Amino acid sequence: MSEARIDIQVEHRHAPAGADREHPNTCPKCGSHYRDDELASTLQVCPQCGHHFPMHARARIEWYADEGSFIEESAGVRSDDPLAFFDLRPYAERLVEAELNTGLGEAIVVGQATIDGHAVELAIMDFAFMGGSMGSAVGEKFSRACDSAVERATPLIAVTSSGGARMQEGILSLMQLPKTVCAVEDLHEARLPMFVVMAHPTTAGVLASFASLGDVTLAEPGALIAFTGPRVVQQTTREKLPEDFGLAEQNLRFGHLDAIVPRSEQRDYLVRLLRLFAGVGV
Amino acid sequence: MSTEEQELNLRRRLSGLSRLPLLRGARVSGEADRLQRQLDRLQDESTDEEIWRSVELARHAERPYTLDYVTRLLDDWVELHGDRGRADDGALVTGIGKLDGRTIVLAGHQKGRDVKERLDRQFGMAYPEGYLKAMRVMEIAERFGFPFVSLVDTPGAYPGVAAEQHGQGGAIARAQSAMARLTVPTVACIIGEGGSGGAVAIAVADRVLMQENAIYSVITPEGCAAILWRDAGEAKKAAAAFKPDALHCLDLGVIDAVVPEPEGGAHVDHAAAAALLGAAIAESLAELEDVPGEELRRRRRAKFRGMGVFA
Repeated sequence: MSEARIDIQVEHRHAPAGADREHPNTCPKCGSHYRDDELASTLQVCPQCGHHFPMHARARIEWYADEGSFIEESAGVRSDDPLAFFDLRPYAERLVEAELNTGLGEAIVVGQATIDGHAVELAIMDFAFMGGSMGSAVGEKFSRACDSAVERATPLIAVTSSGGARMQEGILSLMQLPKTVCAVEDLHEARLPMFVVMAHPTTAGVLASFASLGDVTLAEPGALIAFTGPRVVQQTTREKLPEDFGLAEQNLRFGHLDAIVPRSEQRDYLVRLLRLFAGVGV
Repeated sequence: MSTEEQELNLRRRLSGLSRLPLLRGARVSGEADRLQRQLDRLQDESTDEEIWRSVELARHAERPYTLDYVTRLLDDWVELHGDRGRADDGALVTGIGKLDGRTIVLAGHQKGRDVKERLDRQFGMAYPEGYLKAMRVMEIAERFGFPFVSLVDTPGAYPGVAAEQHGQGGAIARAQSAMARLTVPTVACIIGEGGSGGAVAIAVADRVLMQENAIYSVITPEGCAAILWRDAGEAKKAAAAFKPDALHCLDLGVIDAVVPEPEGGAHVDHAAAAALLGAAIAESLAELEDVPGEELRRRRRAKFRGMGVFA
């Protein structure tokens, strides 16, 4: 198993940064190290080897959307704690910490924008907020993004990056799967398209719901795209895993993606799709 | 939610129950009694032990599985095999039969009874092929206007290399959207383990029922414990924290009704468990039969789109 492979199902849950952890700006593929501003100037892509570092939702919106066109929606929607969930720490405390660390209210940012003049709705996930996990607030914001797209008859662009459903909300998190699926159905019923860009990682509950329902589905190079991550598969089945197990490249080969598009080319790719689908809808 | 709030919620539900047409008659008062008992139990605090007991009963080796109910409830049962693409997944059985004289289409997870059957059926953990098979019979239901009934009993979708390569996540997503598109009455019942995406894949229904000792959860207690407590041995604590039992699912609005089981659990008396389940499904179908298809679909989507608690 290459070191670049991260099993987010196990590792993203607040593992303390140990001594064995690489600095976030050190490329896990080639070992090159960068300053923040260097990575920012290359869309968080390693100039040496092309490794795609995680990109924050706001940075991505800035990259996709025409300057000043983004209007955020549902910004006030926050997670609640319906189960008063307490594992090693209270869920409420983890939420506050995530908000302080990321400056985000939840693991998804939604809103309207234009891209090269085309009106779109954006729903962009951010892995930094509790592993991009989907609880009630993420499900609600995504659903509202679908509604907003229907209201304005625009396509929806979703960027996914998530470890799956948020365990701390129990069964209500699982219900976000059918909830977001139904929201996409309503979008499709209005004959509006959804384009999905799967970033690293897109797994479990998010892959098993709206992320898989795009009319056109792209992925970033090297992204882990799996319902069950490699570590759990290995532990449960003792199967020998193929070298590129669950990576975007394997998913493309098996027919689960339309294309792997490097970050620098994504905007042009999306603009082409928007031109092709211009004028659809009611 | 505080205990008082929970209690209030339950009381509200209880008073709502007596108004529902679904809940007239003997069985109905049985259900109301049961809820009253559950309410009483809540007053002296539903314990972690009780939740864990549900987990154990839901997984009981003698618990009736889908085919045990099929043979007791359906006449003229014809099992349909294969997804028409790759394989016939034994973990998810599908077919057509008559329930109280009317033709229905059924899909349900099937665990195995003995070691060989368990292996053949992957312990009720379906591959994508299983969900494709379910979608194939949903199409039949839609084409001919037959109600679609699903029985959910799986620890989760199969976690394996081939399952991933065949598109497990996408199959689960598409099975849900197929259910969200149906214009025929749909009833799902969690009859044992309702494990994560593999369960909800066939449970996007107009009426979602849950047997008294079934569990419905986002992850197995062991999986949750391994991740959040970093110790699978803490499964009991995890279950107590995420509350997968029927009463809590009802309370959170995730299911529509609890189906009673014989005293001691469904495994004690398969025939009695089947009679109670059959009655509950028939009642739900009767309730849905006069609703126009488009309206069913609209309400179904609205119901699921309303799920969740946020600030």
